[in-house]
Amino acid sequence: MKIRKRTIALLIYFFLLMLPIYWMLNMSFRSNADILGYFALYPKDITFANYMRIFTDKAWYSGYLNSMIYVTINTLISLSLALPAAYAFSRYHFVGDGQIFFWLLTNRMAPAAVFLLPFFQLYSTFGLIDTHIAVALAHCLFNVPLAVWILEGFMSGVPKEIDETAYLDGYSFPRFFIRVFLPLIRSGVGVTAFFCFMFSWVELLIARTLTTTNAKPIAATMTRTVSAGGLDWGLLAAAGVLTIVPGALVIWFVRNHMAKGFALGRV
Amino acid sequence: MDKWENNRAWFLVLPVFFIVAFSAIIPLMTVVNYSVQDIFGPGQRVFVGTEWFEEVLGDKRLHDALWRQFLFSGLVLLIEIPLGVVIALLMPKKGWGASASLVILALPLLIPWNVIGTIWIIFTRPDIGLLGAAINTMGIAFDHTASPIQAWITLMFMEVWHWTPLVALLAYAGLQAIPEAYYQAAKIDGASAWSTFKYIQLPKMRGVLTIAVLLRFMDSFLIYAEPFVLTGGGPGNTTTFLSIYLVKIAVGQFDLGPAAAFSLIYFLIVLLFSWLFYQALQNVGKGDVK
Amino acid sequence: MTLEWMAWTLPTAAFFLTIFCMLVCMTIWQMASPSIPRRGFLPISTTRGDRLFIGLLGSAYIHLAWLGFTDLSIWIAFPIAIVWMIVVMRFG
Repeated sequence: MKIRKRTIALLIYFFLLMLPIYWMLNMSFRSNADILGYFALYPKDITFANYMRIFTDKAWYSGYLNSMIYVTINTLISLSLALPAAYAFSRYHFVGDGQIFFWLLTNRMAPAAVFLLPFFQLYSTFGLIDTHIAVALAHCLFNVPLAVWILEGFMSGVPKEIDETAYLDGYSFPRFFIRVFLPLIRSGVGVTAFFCFMFSWVELLIARTLTTTNAKPIAATMTRTVSAGGLDWGLLAAAGVLTIVPGALVIWFVRNHMAKGFALGRV
Repeated sequence: MDKWENNRAWFLVLPVFFIVAFSAIIPLMTVVNYSVQDIFGPGQRVFVGTEWFEEVLGDKRLHDALWRQFLFSGLVLLIEIPLGVVIALLMPKKGWGASASLVILALPLLIPWNVIGTIWIIFTRPDIGLLGAAINTMGIAFDHTASPIQAWITLMFMEVWHWTPLVALLAYAGLQAIPEAYYQAAKIDGASAWSTFKYIQLPKMRGVLTIAVLLRFMDSFLIYAEPFVLTGGGPGNTTTFLSIYLVKIAVGQFDLGPAAAFSLIYFLIVLLFSWLFYQALQNVGKGDVK
Repeated sequence: MTLEWMAWTLPTAAFFLTIFCMLVCMTIWQMASPSIPRRGFLPISTTRGDRLFIGLLGSAYIHLAWLGFTDLSIWIAFPIAIVWMIVVMRFG
């Protein structure tokens, strides 16, 4: 009886959570005239016109590709740099370790608006404006510290005796790290990758500032197209739905890792 | 856990240090430089000392925005942290239900922030939105673009809807780390659900809750895209938070100097409070099970 | 590759150089004689590096408060901040 009450409460919460997303989905299958014409809880004349427009117009679909490219690069960079650093923080004491750890976190704290100008200048100095790598590097500013922080938690959950035994068995550090240690925290790496993907995917201000056309993210395409020619609610909703799809695919593939990773140790 | 004393570990941290310093320190120094000068254009600038800081500190509208910001972040923490913990406690511990819950929870987090604003415009508009229309049919005139109170309520709903899943995910991770033996011991002792929570689950969640509180404080204090899209800071200035006001100065009036001074003060405030939270959460209940 | 856009001025350059020197000195000091966390008048136990951070952050706030609440010269706040730094480093 008690279990049932918990499940019902949880289901109600999930229902409320899905409601706004459902509403956007509903809108995306209706034409603009239809939306403004009458109120409907579900689409009566389903149309795919909004989606067709996004998939056939390069200005639209390239936005998705750009976002996916820089998010992937960023996740790879963040993980490969954060793994050794997190190991250092979880296993060793060294000069300034506490201070560096907190300093890394402070990089999430600066208000973006004014930092955008120096950011733009810095990346133009290196000729990186409007490239995917520029956005990927800039997003490292907040993703690398987060990755270090989360991974450090997972690594501290692994007993130090494992390291000691491996070193006694004659493993070198790189071999131990890749062959023994990484498989142990595999699920933790999955969880970290999810967080990196997420924060890079949803960030707009920096991505918009550092790009003009070739690497413009989808979220920026949405804001510009909308302000240009009045509000097309149906198209806007369809574009919004499509921004959820890549993320949804990612969590679908890592869901078991996440469940396991979360069970693995203190994050 | 005792750690090994070894300064060569620095070499493992160096790549991270350089990549973050590249994007962090150079822009930060540039903003400090901006903040003490009057900049007319490329190459044309005058040193003005601390004038911008005085101007910004005396700005009445900034004070208003600051209190609004504290109220907002305070409410966010007060609502989202307990709610997230409760949801994590309700979630199934294993099986397909656990995976499904995780997937559903993660969905709102994966939506770009300006799209969040768009979703909530579509959802709450009185003419085409489900929520807006529903409230209006109940006989309450609802329009968040006209009433400050309703704008705030809508914003809070959006914020709670958007970010509570993050707290829930992290809290869930903390709960999963508790060995089954702890619960069995509690059961044998005849502990109530409340004391199980207070003495076993809550202390074990300290680490993840530190992350949750810090992330939620920083991100809500710096919130920009969602309220900008949803309310544009209005009606009037009632939802103009610090970052929205900052953008008004930096982009709208193109006052680089004051905007830079403003950013630095803003940064110092976030820094101080994050540090306080960090220290408090690190030290609370030290010596507990760990 | 030009760095003109960084808009350097003499005072800010001096400021950053001072901070940089402090960090270098602290690192060398720490290597020479590692600091042990201890408990002073601050409510938490701190290492030397922690106290430097607290001192610097406190100094920033002293200067801001001075600018915000008084019309006097900023140079009066400076020695106050120095005293604060010394007190925190020594007794914190």
